[in-house]
Amino acid sequence: MSVEQVVFLVLAVAAVGSAVGVVISRNIFYSALLLVACLFIVAGFYVLLEAPFLAAVQVLIYVGAIAVLIIFAIMLTERMMSKTVRGWNEQWWIALIVTVCLVAVMLYVVVTANWQVSDAATPSDAIVALGQTLLSTYVLPFEVASVILLMALIGAIIIAREEEPVGVVGEQKEEER
Amino acid sequence: MDWAETLILLSPQLILVVWALLVLGLDLLVTKAKDSLAYLALAGLAPALGAAVYLLLQRTGQSLLSGMVQVDAYSLYFTVIACLASGLVILASMEYMKARTRYRGEFYGLLLLATLAMTLMAASTNLIMIYLSIEFMSLTSYVLVGYFRDDPKSSEGGLKYFLFGAVTSSLMLYGMSLMYGATGTTDLAEIATNLAAMHATMPPMRWLILPAILFMLAGFSFKMALVPFHQWSPDAYEGAPTPVATLLSVGPKAMGFSILLRVLITAVPLFQFDWVAILMGISLVTMTLGNLTAMRQTNIKRMLAYSSIAQAGYVLVGLVSLVPSSIGIQGVLLYLMAYLFTNAGAFIAVIAFSHVTNSDEIADYAGLVRRAPALAAVMVVFFMSLAGLPPTAGFVGKLLVFGAAVQAGYYYLAIVGVVNSVISVVYYFNVVRQMFFLPPTVEGRLSLPRFPMAAVIICVVLVLLIGLYPQPLIDLVSQSVTLLAVIP
Repeated sequence: MSVEQVVFLVLAVAAVGSAVGVVISRNIFYSALLLVACLFIVAGFYVLLEAPFLAAVQVLIYVGAIAVLIIFAIMLTERMMSKTVRGWNEQWWIALIVTVCLVAVMLYVVVTANWQVSDAATPSDAIVALGQTLLSTYVLPFEVASVILLMALIGAIIIAREEEPVGVVGEQKEEER
Repeated sequence: MDWAETLILLSPQLILVVWALLVLGLDLLVTKAKDSLAYLALAGLAPALGAAVYLLLQRTGQSLLSGMVQVDAYSLYFTVIACLASGLVILASMEYMKARTRYRGEFYGLLLLATLAMTLMAASTNLIMIYLSIEFMSLTSYVLVGYFRDDPKSSEGGLKYFLFGAVTSSLMLYGMSLMYGATGTTDLAEIATNLAAMHATMPPMRWLILPAILFMLAGFSFKMALVPFHQWSPDAYEGAPTPVATLLSVGPKAMGFSILLRVLITAVPLFQFDWVAILMGISLVTMTLGNLTAMRQTNIKRMLAYSSIAQAGYVLVGLVSLVPSSIGIQGVLLYLMAYLFTNAGAFIAVIAFSHVTNSDEIADYAGLVRRAPALAAVMVVFFMSLAGLPPTAGFVGKLLVFGAAVQAGYYYLAIVGVVNSVISVVYYFNVVRQMFFLPPTVEGRLSLPRFPMAAVIICVVLVLLIGLYPQPLIDLVSQSVTLLAVIP
């Protein structure tokens, strides 16, 4: 076994372990912390696969932004911090059957498939090339993504706005001004 | 291709994005006359629609921006559907939203962004763009469904829609990654050529491509509310502001079909045998389940939600009958246009009614013919069209899709479709019975809102026009599908 394979195995066990921990933990705060760990380990896979940019982005976005957001959301939600929640309900066995079938099919697919493998060496200036592709070939998705972000921002503000009377009452208030 | 031509070909999308930003920006400045923003939004849809119709008549067919989108008669046809749907929805929202929320500027801005998302869905020919545009549409819809934050039903509908959407879109993304892993590209046409090349040299890849197709189907089916990805729709439709439910029932559903057709026919024609079989099963279950559940509803919005699930099943009948001729696909396109005016009309009639009565219960429609004869009359036309009775647009649509099924030799599919249409008459005409043959529980004529009634009249005229003289639309759809030239 090469060093790479050993590192991969260690990372894989840690990733799956923390992911299972997210699901079975009874304290939602522990779940959030385990999720951070899991996402961080995924960044390790990217390093192993010689995709440093992706690893950096993974850490910045998932560990840096999203995980912190989740933890903030838990802390700011009343009585959520210390609450222990049940991780399953009476439908657990249906979910188990579906999951087992799905895992079986996916294992079969992943093991037997002829994956497309590129023989080309990893380019040394991948980040430069990535930036150029993003603004040439992928310029439309890039721009559309920015419109989506704008829309999501506005949407989030609308959902989170201060409660104000709606309906006829709100209408009268507006006319009075 | 030079940039000027690219801009012209993308002008519907560009007009929409600029206009949406304009509406959102002016919303900050305009504090009193918020309703002028609705007129402004309508005024923005007109040039977008005009540009799409102009390009459609030009018979353009161009792949743009490194194959990310394709502007052709097919995508433009769906762009026209998107603009019409959102124009009708804006007309329908004016009085309704005015009485119910203070945040109307953002509402119209978001509606325009939703229209943009739909036009992008129609044009996408790359898995990345398909994913982005579907997410764009979904995110906008979640916000719009939960727009009445203080109404628990609206919030519940938005949340359910969001949770379903999050799961199905991750499934879809997983399917897309499998497809990329198998073929090494995200471009639909390249996927087809790579698959064909691999098919010639390597052992069959059925066990990789089929799961990929199935996972992607999950995402598309969610947008079209096909069984088994339909559970969100009755709750979302019931809780959402009714104009939003109108949009969801005609817009994203039609765009879902546009993407489904484009992906299946352009990217995986090799696996046609498999996906036709899968979709046939989905079609049968969707029609039957939608209809049987619709019968038991007492709330008209929920009834229309289940009925639009069933309608998607009929459209699938046309989709799977794509050999030996393109009649089936033509039927899909025509059906979706007919369904746009029919279902939007029915929903907007419901908006007009609930605006004055604040009720969506079918029982409250009792004696409507005496309280609002015009509304009752047009609702009959819409229900006839939904049930597929002549001389309405729905009849022409059903004739084409079921005719295509017979031509393709899928007799049982056509029979199940017709039987389901007959079943659907029961619950559609239950409302008609309430309106015409039962005494009203409350006396007094209803003073109906002006703009929704205008939209209803536009819809009823077009439903009858398509029903009586469908030839121009048939010519248009036959021209639109020729560019999807992979059909044998």
